[in-house]
Amino acid sequence: MAAPRPQPRFPEPDTLPFWEATKRHELTYQTCNTCHEVIFYPRRHCTACGSLDTTWHVSKGEGTVYTFSVVVQSRNPAFAELGPYVLAYVDLDEGFRMMTNIIGVADPVNNMQCGMRVRVCWQDQGEGQVSLPMFEPT
Amino acid sequence: MPQRREAAIVGLYEYPLRVNPHVSAMQIKAECAAKALADAGLTWKDVDAVYDTGGDQGIGGLGASEYFGFNPRVIDTTYVGGTSTELQTNHARAMIAAGKCQVAVVTYGSTSHSDRRAIGTAGETGVGVPTVTKNMEDPWGLTTIAGYAMVKSRHMYQYGTTNAQFAHISVATRRHAMRNPEAVQAMTDLEFVGVCEITVDDVLSSRTIAHPLRLLECCMVSDGGGALVIASPEVARNTSKKPVWIIGSGEATKYRTNNADITVSAGAQSGPIAFGDAGVSPGEIDVLMAYDSFTITVMCLIEDLGFCNKGEGGAYVEDGHLAFDDPRKPALNTDGGGLSSNHPGQRGIFLLLEATRQLRGESHSQVQGAQLAVAVGNGGQLGARHATGVTILAAD
Repeated sequence: MAAPRPQPRFPEPDTLPFWEATKRHELTYQTCNTCHEVIFYPRRHCTACGSLDTTWHVSKGEGTVYTFSVVVQSRNPAFAELGPYVLAYVDLDEGFRMMTNIIGVADPVNNMQCGMRVRVCWQDQGEGQVSLPMFEPT
Repeated sequence: MPQRREAAIVGLYEYPLRVNPHVSAMQIKAECAAKALADAGLTWKDVDAVYDTGGDQGIGGLGASEYFGFNPRVIDTTYVGGTSTELQTNHARAMIAAGKCQVAVVTYGSTSHSDRRAIGTAGETGVGVPTVTKNMEDPWGLTTIAGYAMVKSRHMYQYGTTNAQFAHISVATRRHAMRNPEAVQAMTDLEFVGVCEITVDDVLSSRTIAHPLRLLECCMVSDGGGALVIASPEVARNTSKKPVWIIGSGEATKYRTNNADITVSAGAQSGPIAFGDAGVSPGEIDVLMAYDSFTITVMCLIEDLGFCNKGEGGAYVEDGHLAFDDPRKPALNTDGGGLSSNHPGQRGIFLLLEATRQLRGESHSQVQGAQLAVAVGNGGQLGARHATGVTILAAD
């Protein structure tokens, strides 16, 4: 039995709203009300202009695999026995790029591709806990 | 254009062992500092500036100064991972040029191998203060190697670069390593499966660590360290060896941002700054010491510093182009690199050590008549966040 996945830890006020939203299966991101930049990872300030005036949005959860690796060897106990898993950056259609896992691809070394269309799916971590957003092919 | 010659590397020492469970990182640093000063013909009492990441002893440059027994006028603990030494060297040059100090010692030491640090394959999780990046990366199993593998995937997709082309970097580096007795000893002590020259097929048939990166595309995890002595022109006139001048410097950071091209490193920013500072062009460089944590790191740095066009690195590295005895310049990683000679976690100092040896005419794979060398380091993780420091050196 593999160790549980590493979970986000708090207090860490920048990403807390993001992780709270995952409990409702909502993938969220921010935009800046001053310069309209898309902000991700979550921050209290706009990373383009420094403004503290930002708005949270819920993503449709659809995007494109920007790049990926199939991780064969990890010594982290949570991943060591998982077998090869796909780590990826996904570009969401709303314009933000997030690290995630791609699941549901058989033989990923041969079948994963940059440019693949994917949609979010949720890996619940227990009652009242966060849910991990991952992606699967559309 | 005459280059400004305001500071020079006048002494150096590379710790000869890559496995030594009987010493601490601070002991390695102190031993290397003493031997680098001796190499320069200078003494412990001449040192007036300390450059070290400082972590091992606590309280940064204060703990380092106390441990060494130095009484510095300039203390710099710049830390950006594996390229910290390029940044520190560049800063030392600037401080010497400003008249703030005369003799700077730059140190690095690590016992990563003996501590059994799984640098490449285990992102340690669940420890330390929670941060934004830990919270947005740890749940998905990012390892160091996977971070680099993602850059390689995208390079292959975007430019059609092949695994065989990447393998040429490993092959060229191993050939240089086999000419360096310390590298041969390193590979022996670290129990490499074959301490011998390797072929493209050897690389392609080694096991996958994080697709598309294979074992022979990944650096070793060793113990080790080294020291540099950097001095003013006045001091450099009287040192034992010919000074090697620091003529160009650049530094930059890059990290995951929305819509960024992950195949472009921070070297695309710091490289041109350094070349402009030095008043030389990539075509004039004899020796390129490029941080080879992985093959993809070298590929990106070669392109981003302008040794070839972006995306054309695959063709550039083929056909023996990188060898010390190839008429086409520059030669790459003539000490054997992090892939096959020395990588205790931060390779930055070894880039400068070998670049300086080349410009002194002291390399085991000496490039004939070498006049100009570039050390380009990459700290952090290429695919997640990294700094690229560039130092350009000229023979006396």
